[in-house]
Amino acid sequence: MNPLHQYLLLSAMLFSVGLAGALVRRHAILVLVGIELMLNAANLNFLAFWRYGGNPEALTGIMFVIFAIAVAAAEAAVGLALIISIYRHLRTSNVDEVNKLNG
Amino acid sequence: MSLRNLVHSALCLAVSLVGLALIYLGLDAEFIGWIQILVYVGAVSILIVFAILLTRGTEAPAGRITFAPWSGLIIAGAVFATLAWTVIKSKALTEITGNPSLDVSFVVKNIGGKLVAEYVLPLQVMGLLLTAALIGAVIIALHERKGLK
Repeated sequence: MNPLHQYLLLSAMLFSVGLAGALVRRHAILVLVGIELMLNAANLNFLAFWRYGGNPEALTGIMFVIFAIAVAAAEAAVGLALIISIYRHLRTSNVDEVNKLNG
Repeated sequence: MSLRNLVHSALCLAVSLVGLALIYLGLDAEFIGWIQILVYVGAVSILIVFAILLTRGTEAPAGRITFAPWSGLIIAGAVFATLAWTVIKSKALTEITGNPSLDVSFVVKNIGGKLVAEYVLPLQVMGLLLTAALIGAVIIALHERKGLK
């Protein structure tokens, strides 16, 4: 079994890659992918702390991750629907060009 | 995240999610590992590929990094440096190398029981949320008819 901090470092790396993707890429779908990566980093943290924590029989980490995955799936579905709708209206999926509300 | 071809990005996402699922399996969270493969690899990445293919029609192959990426990269690097520094400096975290023994079959057996006993209210709320999200997504993505707008 690896020590705990390796999992935490991997999770931090995953989070940073997701954050960089969400900040740098201009395509709306890739921004969503970055957000998914960040959610997965959080899930990895939950599981690592659950496994290495004092009381794994309580299954709290597992429960939290189950609900987080459900919320992430709902978020992905709604986000992609929004992106498709925006694409239909504005014929673009570049988040910089969606500026109709910009005064 | 740095690939130019969007479909390649989505497929790489699927591969990295499979790797993450394997890590979950290694952490004795078998249920979560398989859920991860089912939900993320099976559903979310397919959804993303579909969205990419649906929104690609008229556009020149998008996904070029048009915006000067340096500020975003610097922010992400700073976040990683802070997190890694915190984890490595923290004595309490690096000292933990072993983990309490755990019967794996116990976990899978008890998830269902806990889900309907202790966590029944969150479970119901989650079902409601998923239903609402499903209906909302369908309505948002529907074709708008001419007269409706």
